[in-house]
Amino acid sequence: MFWEPKIETMPVEDLHRMQYKLLKSLVYRLYSFSEFYHRRMEDAGVHPDDIRMLSDVKKLPFMFKRDLRDNYPDKIFTATPEELVRYHVSSGTTGKPTVVGYTANDLESWTVSLARALTSIGLTSRDVVQVSYGYGLFTGGLGLHYGAERIGATVIPTSVGNTERQIELMQDLKATAICCTPSYMLHMGEVAEKMGISLQKDTQLRVGVLGAEPWSERMRTRMQEDLGIRAYDIYGTSELSGPLFTECTEQKGFHVWGDFALTEIVDPQTGEPVAPGEKGELTMTILKKEALPMVRFRIGDVTSMDEGVCACGRTHPRVMRITGRVDDMLIIRGINVFPSQIEHALMSIPQVGKHFMIEVDRKMELDTLLVRVEVAPEAFSDKITDLMNLKAMVAGKLRSVLNVNADVELAEPGTLPRFEGKAKRVIDRRKL
Amino acid sequence: MDTEDYVIRQISVFSENRPGRLAAMAKALEEEKVNILAFSIAEAGEFGVVRALVDQPEKAYKKLSSLGFVVSFTEVIGVRMRDEPGGLYEVARILGEAKINIEYSYAYSGKEMAVLILRVDNTREAIKQIRAHGGEMARIPSR
Repeated sequence: MFWEPKIETMPVEDLHRMQYKLLKSLVYRLYSFSEFYHRRMEDAGVHPDDIRMLSDVKKLPFMFKRDLRDNYPDKIFTATPEELVRYHVSSGTTGKPTVVGYTANDLESWTVSLARALTSIGLTSRDVVQVSYGYGLFTGGLGLHYGAERIGATVIPTSVGNTERQIELMQDLKATAICCTPSYMLHMGEVAEKMGISLQKDTQLRVGVLGAEPWSERMRTRMQEDLGIRAYDIYGTSELSGPLFTECTEQKGFHVWGDFALTEIVDPQTGEPVAPGEKGELTMTILKKEALPMVRFRIGDVTSMDEGVCACGRTHPRVMRITGRVDDMLIIRGINVFPSQIEHALMSIPQVGKHFMIEVDRKMELDTLLVRVEVAPEAFSDKITDLMNLKAMVAGKLRSVLNVNADVELAEPGTLPRFEGKAKRVIDRRKL
Repeated sequence: MDTEDYVIRQISVFSENRPGRLAAMAKALEEEKVNILAFSIAEAGEFGVVRALVDQPEKAYKKLSSLGFVVSFTEVIGVRMRDEPGGLYEVARILGEAKINIEYSYAYSGKEMAVLILRVDNTREAIKQIRAHGGEMARIPSR
């Protein structure tokens, strides 16, 4: 099943020609109308005329998440206020969030990308899609909401939380597909079991669209066998628009629509392209973005790419499962967390020292984040309630910065590890 | 006797809730020949607070601090209790009627008497009230 068969199965040479044209016009547009990109290209000594073939993309300078942070909130937007129709906001690396703006056309390309993706995993207007990603500033909920509506499916916008009610609605409204994080899917299976409900036997659920955090083939097998669903990986980041691409029914990597994005895998150290099929850092140029163009954006995810034609008939390249990060970013319950954010938040609390440790685990299939801090001697009170209040205050501060709950533990001063050179403050005990 | 004479300096120590911490503290006090008169542990999950009345608080404070413990002095009071039914009620009633709140408390049974140790939200007022109502304060030298 295809949403746009002509585009999805177009010959590879035609696709490359199309990408070249889109890239060329993007570069001319940015060079002419964006101060930021103009300066970047000048600094890199590249002119739009230097882009003569698709592979010339490598002459263009890279973009990083810090470019968005440094230009907070909208300094590099290339759309006028009249053209902007929406903002989404995600956490930055240190204190300041990242803002992504969208024009009507940006929302349209995002929606079409997901309409193609959801069709590629066999969803149609007959399906009932439960969207259990967060709605709001996070892109997951609204992105899949519009994508699923576009193919005519019926959406249950449950958003996150209240798992028992989610399971009741899944039964009563006969949901056939669910979009959520893979760990939440497993958690739902456990909660359902406690309620005496088998997702496999007592619901119509047959498809899981699972992403926003890394998962593994082992988890896929477990979900497909225990929950009776076909589990598909979905990928995207807020900077690129949100969730955009899924695997097709072949389950062999997610199709990146070539008319939407140009994908490169580069060596994280040198920035040079890796050999075909080799692992490296996923780098994307979004060919169609109007409000916040992304040129050679270094996403930080480590993976490889297969440019061969897929057994499903689609000619667009496939990116394999994400196997790691080039930086120290953690994903906790689908939310990106940087240790630098935690450090930044703790620095503003004089009652705790500057040393801390982060412990991540998975309990009942849900990620837990524990931040251990040292009590400053001056902040010590021999009343337990004062110390409990201090803990609650630190937890509240972390919650407001990270958008995810953290447990806090108080330690004696001088007992947390000290590091010379690169600090290893994260202990991640999750097994995917 | 003056009200101030009844203010007792208790040492409070922050401690992680893991094996060996109390032993480390007790050993340090033993080495300094500091005698522990009364003692309690309040625990709250991963940490606890050890509170103690000792005969040489200054020495204990210095030693424990030098070992990296977080130590503080806290003012508490000691009230002698009659060793018979109603003993606690008497003390609690006086403080209750004077609207003085007890933050925590533990008991110490000395050679000649039982003493109730209290941290209250108004130390000096508590001493005055207890004395004014016929209560007997314990004087534990802690300077």
